[in-house]
Amino acid sequence: MDSLTEKTLKQVACKVRMGIIEGTHAAKAGHPGGSLSCADILTYLYFEHMNIDPKNPKMEGRDRFVLSKGHAAPALYATLAQRGFFSTDLIKTLRKPDSILQGHPDMKHIPGVDMSTGSLGQGISCAVGMALSAKHFGEDYRVYTVLGDGESEEGQVWEAAMFAANKKLDNLVAFLDLNNLQIDGTVEEVNSPKPLDKKFEAFNWHVIIIDGHDFAAIEAALNEAKTVKGKPTAIIANTVKGKGVSFMENQVNWHGVAPNDEQAAAAMDELNKQLEALK
Amino acid sequence: MAEVIKKATREGYGSGLIKLGKKYDDFIVMDADLAAATKSGAFKKEFPDRFYNCGIAEQNMMSIAAGVAATGKKVFASSFAMFAIGRAFEQIRNSIGYPHLNVKICATHAGISVGEDGATHQCNEDIALMRTIPGMVIINPADAVEAEKAVEAVYDLEGPSYIRLGRLAVPVIFDDDYKFEIGKAVTLKEGNDVTIIATGLMVAEALEAYELLKADGINARIINMATIKPLDKEAVLTAAKETGVIVTAEEHSVVGGLGSAVADLVTSEYPVPVIKVAMQDAYGKSGPAATLLDEYGFRGKDIAAAAKRAIALKK
Repeated sequence: MDSLTEKTLKQVACKVRMGIIEGTHAAKAGHPGGSLSCADILTYLYFEHMNIDPKNPKMEGRDRFVLSKGHAAPALYATLAQRGFFSTDLIKTLRKPDSILQGHPDMKHIPGVDMSTGSLGQGISCAVGMALSAKHFGEDYRVYTVLGDGESEEGQVWEAAMFAANKKLDNLVAFLDLNNLQIDGTVEEVNSPKPLDKKFEAFNWHVIIIDGHDFAAIEAALNEAKTVKGKPTAIIANTVKGKGVSFMENQVNWHGVAPNDEQAAAAMDELNKQLEALK
Repeated sequence: MAEVIKKATREGYGSGLIKLGKKYDDFIVMDADLAAATKSGAFKKEFPDRFYNCGIAEQNMMSIAAGVAATGKKVFASSFAMFAIGRAFEQIRNSIGYPHLNVKICATHAGISVGEDGATHQCNEDIALMRTIPGMVIINPADAVEAEKAVEAVYDLEGPSYIRLGRLAVPVIFDDDYKFEIGKAVTLKEGNDVTIIATGLMVAEALEAYELLKADGINARIINMATIKPLDKEAVLTAAKETGVIVTAEEHSVVGGLGSAVADLVTSEYPVPVIKVAMQDAYGKSGPAATLLDEYGFRGKDIAAAAKRAIALKK
């Protein structure tokens, strides 16, 4: 990855993070921590990797994305808005009664959302269904999904993993956003699904472990996934919950709490400084 | 009297799928390791490349079906009612119902006529569960002919649907030229003393009740309510107005099924007594289907008795 591309992606990711803060602050609710942890993955997918068209969200043959960890909706919405699927002005309407931006992704009303999600464990199965459909009907699009580490405590994740490998869905890539925290505590305290790499390997997936905030690593992993035949790919992305906002980083209490006015201002100030530094 | 031909409604599922498969190639069929029993296996045999076995993982199957539908393709998903509807309720609700996806759920072995497998497999709750999902179409065919036609009808439907099918061979009521329409009740017998609204295998029992009542000088109207949602309101309200009392008959819990749907409607729009012939608030048990249907009161004589009680409630 050349330095200009990387710098541009970092700028976009920074704006996505600002959108996460703006959205959850305006909504006075939402999930900033796990949104911030997957912001770089979403940025890379939507700005560099996936075959999509913001002007034609339902473009035939487009690559599909399913946010299996649907509570990271603020990250998805901010990414879609930055990419031009809808106005960035909408971000401040997150979770409001008249807004299309539901608390969790809603494919019926939000341009660019390929699947409604929110109930954990179901999104990966839906992504598997899309990948199966592509294979069956001879289409060459690829399907991407992002899961949480806490989410992978859901049994359905493993039903989906088993099926995807059994049906050799090599057009499917699942990111595991390993931020180590879930709403009730660390994943170790609650009910650790680790080691996730070994589990996916045992389920006959191709496994790649990366730093989920390193764009070059995300790119390399996605390119590697494209070369894998006969197996789905799991990209285990080590991430920091709350990434980019110092006082939210690695703090479990930022899982599902919105920043108040003061906190939002402090977060935006930090992010603005990061953006300035990238210019 | 002509010999009664008996066939399970699940047979109509298998033959309906094959008919569709011969005409169209834009759909797939999924099952969760019960293809031989649900009769999706008949389709699998004919079109092995268009059938996907999800293994014993019904929740995953429903969400996978949602994913397939989200790409604009049609998909049938089947298992036993207990597992398709009961176990995977939340997947149906959130992955299929909420985004109003085009998934055709066809579940067999509904009700106590499952027989020997006993209470764990006798699903008496599926209609109630599916009724709570906005936009869900629910069809409970009376015989194998209607089942096959219902399968063909849901192919053309946009949005989620559930066809409830049985294991037990039940009398074939309809001819091959029977016209099935989603959402339309069919009056099988005219009468003005009482209306019996039946669904599924209880339709044949209701026809028996008709004869029993006729012998006692009572003219019952018999309605086959195959589509439980959306309910044919006009047929129900007309019956309420013209016959003054209604008996509902279903092989389902007394809570939340056809009887509740009918009662919900008439209590708010034209109150008349409604007596439900249904599974009382209890679990079934193992035994031959016929014995269980006798024991739990799912026979024509039980419907006829309910009709007499209903008539006695007339003012």
